[in-house]
Amino acid sequence: MLSAPRYWREIRYRYRLIGSRCLKCGKIYFPRRLVCAVCGSRKLEDYKLSEKGKIKTFTVIRRSPPLGYEKNVPYVVAVVELEDGVNVLSQIVDVSPEEVKIGMPVELTFRKVRENGKEGIIEYGFKFRPIFE
Amino acid sequence: MKPERLVGIVSYGGYIPIYRVKTSEIARMWGRDGETLQTEEVAVAAMDEDSVTMAVEAARYALKRAKINPKEIGAIYVGSESKPYAVKSSGTIVAEAIGASPNITAADFEFACKGGTEALQTCIGLIASGMIKYGLAIGVDTGQAAPSDELEYTVGCGGAAFLVGPKTDETVAYFEASTSYVTDTPDFWRRAERPYPSHARRFTGEPAYFRHIVNATKNLMAELGYKPEDFDYAVFHQPNLKFPLKAGLMLGFTRKQLEHGLLIPSLGNAYAGSALLGLVAVLDVAKPGQRILLASYGSGSGSDAFSIVVQNNPYRGNPIPFISQMLKRKKYIDYAQYVKHRGKIVF
Ligand SMILES: [Zn+2]
Repeated sequence: MLSAPRYWREIRYRYRLIGSRCLKCGKIYFPRRLVCAVCGSRKLEDYKLSEKGKIKTFTVIRRSPPLGYEKNVPYVVAVVELEDGVNVLSQIVDVSPEEVKIGMPVELTFRKVRENGKEGIIEYGFKFRPIFE
Repeated sequence: MKPERLVGIVSYGGYIPIYRVKTSEIARMWGRDGETLQTEEVAVAAMDEDSVTMAVEAARYALKRAKINPKEIGAIYVGSESKPYAVKSSGTIVAEAIGASPNITAADFEFACKGGTEALQTCIGLIASGMIKYGLAIGVDTGQAAPSDELEYTVGCGGAAFLVGPKTDETVAYFEASTSYVTDTPDFWRRAERPYPSHARRFTGEPAYFRHIVNATKNLMAELGYKPEDFDYAVFHQPNLKFPLKAGLMLGFTRKQLEHGLLIPSLGNAYAGSALLGLVAVLDVAKPGQRILLASYGSGSGSDAFSIVVQNNPYRGNPIPFISQMLKRKKYIDYAQYVKHRGKIVF
């Protein structure tokens, strides 16, 4: 579970899928980084990632989910390759585990990620769902 | 209530979650198999959806159509009776999720199923007075009903967002006037800290739903000098199939004027999202020059009526789904999955 201040610091990045882009070499990161891992530059700017992509690889979580995800099992976690080439690790929703396929086109959605019990904050953020046909 | 300066709908978005439960499945659970039910199926939010996430989805659809900078939005109001936080405004989360923070006013409105139309009236006032340029009014709910209560056969989930601003040649439609009718009528309520609403059964009809909707609509037509035949479409709050049809006929509207906005048979009653989703469905098909009557109903009780004139058809070449498409995109779940989705089993 994240503390309220720690969750708060990440809100805009998690809600709107904002990463960072190196101003020197152009490399895009998500989650964002303060120092470029390629060229070492510290000049990075916020970068709004593409809201569409394809499932590159995925797994189905059925047992021993992390704390706070118990009610969601079974659920799908995938590496999504976005249209701008960035890979994002995300839960895939509105789809049953049997229907998920590599290459499946997906789009950004906004969901509850975790509830900190009945009294804590509700963490919201991005997930992906199959694109509407 | 006529604004001094005309206010229009810049854009709008409706959102309906993909899960459905058949009302025959609910009837099977409670030994009412074979009974004739007014609603075929109801939309059910996913486990990880609530009124805030659905508000964000609807708002994002509205913004994608609008192509305006979210920072130009001056107010976000969310009307709902299923707020995930008792204390913390849903509007704050929507504002952040669409990139409208921080130079904005935001609040949540509560008036049972008419919170969304109150949000709309407030935005119209702020825009007409010149206090803000654009306002976002949202009506959304994950409809609540106690297990086996007759409400369980009708409540659904969904919401709609309306981005409003000064009327221009580009606005989708504009508001001619709005009229409200409010009294202290305890037909349906939910006490603080209770999970499900209570209702006074038959009392929800004549003195409550019909009296308020009919009076608000009649007063609106009197203010504008219109008759039912001056409208191409009429959309009323939809707690079941009978009420909006009967209210329409009482006021002199025909079934043809009502049917486009009547989503209850395949959506259910999305509470604060109900009438507004009906309006979205009508805007999806309406043509320039047509006039729409919208009348919400909130228990407790009150009704907000609006006269809306369509100016433009906004959808050509747009990738955002129509309400008719959202209603077709669905996955059926059984009653056991339904209670899990709706948090009716607690663990
Ligand atoms: Zn670099």
